[in-house]
Amino acid sequence: MNKFTTLSGIAAPMPLINIDTDMIIPKQFLKTIKRSGLGVNLFDEMRYDDDRNEIPEFVLNKPQYRDAQILVAGDNFGCGSSREHAPWAIADFGITCVIAPSYADIFYNNCFKNGILPIVLPQEQVDVLMKDAEKGANARIEIDLENQTITSSDSDVFTFEVDAFKKHCLMNGLDDIGLTMEKVASIDKYEAAASQSRPWV
Amino acid sequence: MSPKTLYDKIWEAHVAHEAEDGTCLLYIDRHLVHEVTSPQAFEGLRMTGRTVRAPDKTIAVPDHNVPTTLDRANAATMTEDSRIQVEALDTNAKEFGIHYYPVSDVRQGIVHIVGPEQGWTLPGMTVVCGDSHTATHGAFGALAHGIGTSEVEHVLATQTLIQRKGKNMKVEITGKLRPGVTAKDITLSVIGETGTAGGTGYVIEYCGEAIRDLSMEGRMTVCNMAIEGGARAGLIAPDEKTYEYCMGRPHAPKGAQWEAALAWWKTLYSDDDAHWDKVVTLKGEDIAPVVTWGTSPEDVLPITATVPAASDFTGGKVEAAQRSLDYMGLTAGTPLTDVEIDTVFIGSCTNGRIEDLRAAAAILKGKKIKDGMRAMVVPGSGLVRAQAEEEGLADIFMEAGFEWRLAGCSMCLAMNPDQLAPGERCAATSNRNFEGRQGRGGRTHLMSPAMAAAAAVTGKLTDVREMMDLPA
Repeated sequence: MNKFTTLSGIAAPMPLINIDTDMIIPKQFLKTIKRSGLGVNLFDEMRYDDDRNEIPEFVLNKPQYRDAQILVAGDNFGCGSSREHAPWAIADFGITCVIAPSYADIFYNNCFKNGILPIVLPQEQVDVLMKDAEKGANARIEIDLENQTITSSDSDVFTFEVDAFKKHCLMNGLDDIGLTMEKVASIDKYEAAASQSRPWV
Repeated sequence: MSPKTLYDKIWEAHVAHEAEDGTCLLYIDRHLVHEVTSPQAFEGLRMTGRTVRAPDKTIAVPDHNVPTTLDRANAATMTEDSRIQVEALDTNAKEFGIHYYPVSDVRQGIVHIVGPEQGWTLPGMTVVCGDSHTATHGAFGALAHGIGTSEVEHVLATQTLIQRKGKNMKVEITGKLRPGVTAKDITLSVIGETGTAGGTGYVIEYCGEAIRDLSMEGRMTVCNMAIEGGARAGLIAPDEKTYEYCMGRPHAPKGAQWEAALAWWKTLYSDDDAHWDKVVTLKGEDIAPVVTWGTSPEDVLPITATVPAASDFTGGKVEAAQRSLDYMGLTAGTPLTDVEIDTVFIGSCTNGRIEDLRAAAAILKGKKIKDGMRAMVVPGSGLVRAQAEEEGLADIFMEAGFEWRLAGCSMCLAMNPDQLAPGERCAATSNRNFEGRQGRGGRTHLMSPAMAAAAAVTGKLTDVREMMDLPA
């Protein structure tokens, strides 16, 4: 997994609440057996018309946001399905940080498995960064995961919370399975005890 | 001992390791797998030389992609990419030695219907699947939730998940439901009350007389949509109905093991003075048959209401509501019962069980669907389909003008050929009304099976109570 430490990038504003996983990556793109290559279909139905032409008004089609690495969005981002294709598509596009007042739980967890930092901030602070993002390519937002800070282009500094274990894994690009395998003795022990106490399982 | 919730009890029984910071390895009793979210996980195992730790606890069934037309044995009914995914599951199931119900098996169906039907899902278990509607299994008092593909790989390799405990939320539905009101109306009404993020960070336990009165099928409908309320998992404490449903199923325990299991299951309830982080109470008698008008499952209104205006809302919902109204092609102030539909979909892991088909058939008996209406019933599993045929329900559907399909997820998420065309409007018994969910530009109104059946007859969103023989 790619490490996430610091990021200085263009932020794309999407001030819509309840951006769901069907918007992020519509189901016709879930028929892949790979993790890569979904960036071109990120927000597909909002991004292209029926003839596959780009819709110029959509934020990621605007020249100033084509290289966005950060997304600033409304409440409950990523609601809907468990499809990890959503963070795969976001990461494949080049976005490695999302800022929103809240996330759906499964999406939030999926981000950390894919080198994406989902940041939760109070609505007022998201509003400030949304305005900053609306300035386009001249407004770079800086993120420092180690110190848990976001700095706007106007030098507003906000701090954010993140689970210490998830932060550790993201900063070091750690593979969860490898970490769990180190605790295999505990799993063996649990399994042996459970096969006695709940043999029907 | 301090009082505990049902969630606390199941959680504690499954912690295989707890780190100092509270991060736990939660042991997984049942891992359900389907073709869409698993190929990358199996590929990951291959690339790292890992194996499936507990193949006997891993159950796979293709459902999302599979055609539901009667000619589906013909491979040409599938697009190439869908066929590759289903074939990948065939291969992975064989290679890793996991339980498998292929498309050709009469037991095949939607993973969340097959699991309980075959007795894989039992009270007190932890159940996961790479699908958000895994919450369905909570109806048995099992801690069940959706996971992403990386977590699918993690469970395959280690039979555990890295988790932190969520908070406890109680949703109580008191008293009795009124006639014409179903489990679907309960679960939609709860989401209408709490919003789609109201349950984020919580595990919901549904309780109260109206919940206890529901059949297992109804309870599965309620828990299924916990995720639409933001909660990863929904739970209902097991009781006699639960035990009765489980008893004798192919993978349920038998004999002395059944007795031992039963003894433990009877301890699975929330203690009287357990702590709840959030409590929501609805009166059963206040719940009406409902439909959704917008593109979020929280956009719920009684069928007797009118289409709202964006200005009825506040904050970010104003813009979202306007976007929904535009997408849905609806005008504020229109009575919902004036909204015309052209498609009806009865099925899905929310409402594709036998009781759902009985409820729809009861409305349709002796009636015809409106001219030009496209209506389909997609049973949740091959066994549900067989039972419905035996009970004569299939004949009622077909005589009314419905297509009688084979089992699968079908038009709930439209990954197979069952899709809406742009602008088509569907009365659906599924779980999501998101933009494009049932096909690009398609418009979805969520409702109960009986309501969907009523809409098929009249061609409009309809108050099913007007088509029922209700006590005066």
